[in-house]
Amino acid sequence: MTNSRVDQKVAPTMRTDSCPSDVDFSKLKGDFPILGRTVHGHRVVYLDSASSAQRPQSVLDAMDSYYQTTHANVHRGVYTLAEEADRLYEAARVAVGRLIGAPDPEHEVIFTKNATEAINLVAATWARSNLGHGDVVLLTDMEHHANIVPWLMLAEERGIELRWIGIDDEYRLDLSDLDRLLDGVKLVACTTMSNVLGTITPFAQIAEAAHRAGAVVLADGAQSVPHVPTDVTRLGCDFLAFSAHKMLGPTGIGVLWGRRELLEAMPPFLGGGGMIRDVRHDGFTANVLPWKFEAGTPPIAEAVGFGAAVSYLESIGLDAIRAHEVDLTAYAQSVLAERFGDDLKIFGPPGTVERGGVLSLAYRDVHPHDLAQVLDQAGVCVRAGHHCAKPLMRRLGVNATARASLYLYNDESDVDVLADAIAEAGTLFA
Amino acid sequence: MTGLEDLYREIILDHYRSPRNRGELPSPPAQRVEGFNPLCGDEVVVYVQVHDGTVTDIRFAGQGCSISQSSASLMSSAVKGKSVTEARNLIRTFKAMMSVHEARLGDSPEGDVSSNGSAEDGADAPATDPESLGELAALQGVVKFPVRIKCATLSWNTLAQGLDEAEQGIVLDA
Ligand SMILES: Cc1ncc(COP(=O)(O)O)c(C=O)c1O
Repeated sequence: MTNSRVDQKVAPTMRTDSCPSDVDFSKLKGDFPILGRTVHGHRVVYLDSASSAQRPQSVLDAMDSYYQTTHANVHRGVYTLAEEADRLYEAARVAVGRLIGAPDPEHEVIFTKNATEAINLVAATWARSNLGHGDVVLLTDMEHHANIVPWLMLAEERGIELRWIGIDDEYRLDLSDLDRLLDGVKLVACTTMSNVLGTITPFAQIAEAAHRAGAVVLADGAQSVPHVPTDVTRLGCDFLAFSAHKMLGPTGIGVLWGRRELLEAMPPFLGGGGMIRDVRHDGFTANVLPWKFEAGTPPIAEAVGFGAAVSYLESIGLDAIRAHEVDLTAYAQSVLAERFGDDLKIFGPPGTVERGGVLSLAYRDVHPHDLAQVLDQAGVCVRAGHHCAKPLMRRLGVNATARASLYLYNDESDVDVLADAIAEAGTLFA
Repeated sequence: MTGLEDLYREIILDHYRSPRNRGELPSPPAQRVEGFNPLCGDEVVVYVQVHDGTVTDIRFAGQGCSISQSSASLMSSAVKGKSVTEARNLIRTFKAMMSVHEARLGDSPEGDVSSNGSAEDGADAPATDPESLGELAALQGVVKFPVRIKCATLSWNTLAQGLDEAEQGIVLDA
């Protein structure tokens, strides 16, 4: 089957056994064609993976090869091509499920368009059938709009109440009042890692308290699943949402993982082909899991690419990736502190234990846009803006930050180029 | 760092460091209008006072990058004391200078709300000579950086809305 061929193409620079310490991260850039590009005469220094990561050749090849040899619609054909497409699609589901420790990946991993759609799916189905006027959903002050607006929409539509866990002076969730906040809560929807602060939240602790209080728990894993080893059972979540494009996979596909009993009891999301078992003039019978939630032709090539991305990540090992990012974050913190001192502020927890490699920067009074513009001239890609987290930005008292985010293909030289370019911005705006 | 000089001209940096007409005016009588650039979080508040068809005073407040702040500063200097008609012509000319790309960028999913209402956007803008813009011509280099055009036009769209509202008498002269 094509799947095994795809697997073998993974990464010339990596070992295929799982001995993470042997990975030579300095060679990984070579697996990512786009990182060989130049911009304004400089090599691209890609520091925006928190927004969307880049793809290794193996992912591009898997998708190409799928289209060149295999494509047909899934779930519908008896012919060989269709059967192969079907197998590849379902194999990707299992691979993705394995990565997050899903106990029953064949049924519990639902492919969506992205993390945003996964959260909206829960809001549109589970929440609509379980929450009514006055029911409380507990969020945090560090959520992405994707985990705020669906709940605001539900608040408008049926009068649910929203509560918010605040943040402390070191940019962590303030859990001192958690039990009181949880009182009467039906759903806790919380990020596992902030896309602005890098904060890794104590999710398992929150989930445990939430379950004690009788609440269901949704994890927005968009930022952590690509960077930190994930096990849904240890996290203690009932739902987990994430996107392929932030973890070396293609755009257009994401995941909702859910506990099977919950998914079974939920009404379908979108209606159409694929999600039904029977349709009559007077009604329909929904399909079984996971297809009940996958109406219409799904993103098949994207699933294949996602599967290849998971293979790539697993062949390096999430533990090794996390360790690499911890080292690199520490390096960035020390280089930036050494070179810019108090002129440069990082909005996020100090140290490396409670944070990922997301560095939201404020440099003197240089506006983040201007900083990002000067960095672009040096080939450095960072994001400037509110990062789709306006309530958090208000809490931080800024309109925007310039955010540099690290991934497995970044190295110390990238941080050095970043620091040099920040210094140039300092000269320009002196 | 070639290319950046086109964007960050000395006049622009000067207006960014020492903005003219920064502040507030009592409203009423001044018209107070807020503009947002939802893509980047820039905000501008324009206070414009119109009396007998003349922009008698103008101030701006808010937060933003060097381009949006200097553009607001340059704009305030350019329209202060001008007739409303002259101010509108200037807005049109300025936006024409910026319009080549703006028309294309207008379709972005979170487009600039404050520019939605301006019928003068895009192709039918009059081709007044940019030379007539004086200091404002310093912002011409922004066109080479399409993402930043919205920064440059933010305060202008906000002023246009303020002039519309002033003429519609939403806040009457006290
Ligand atoms: C924490 C978090 N949640 C959700 C999302 C939404 O992801 P997507 O745009 O892929 O749906 C993002 C993306 O930036 C994110 O960082």
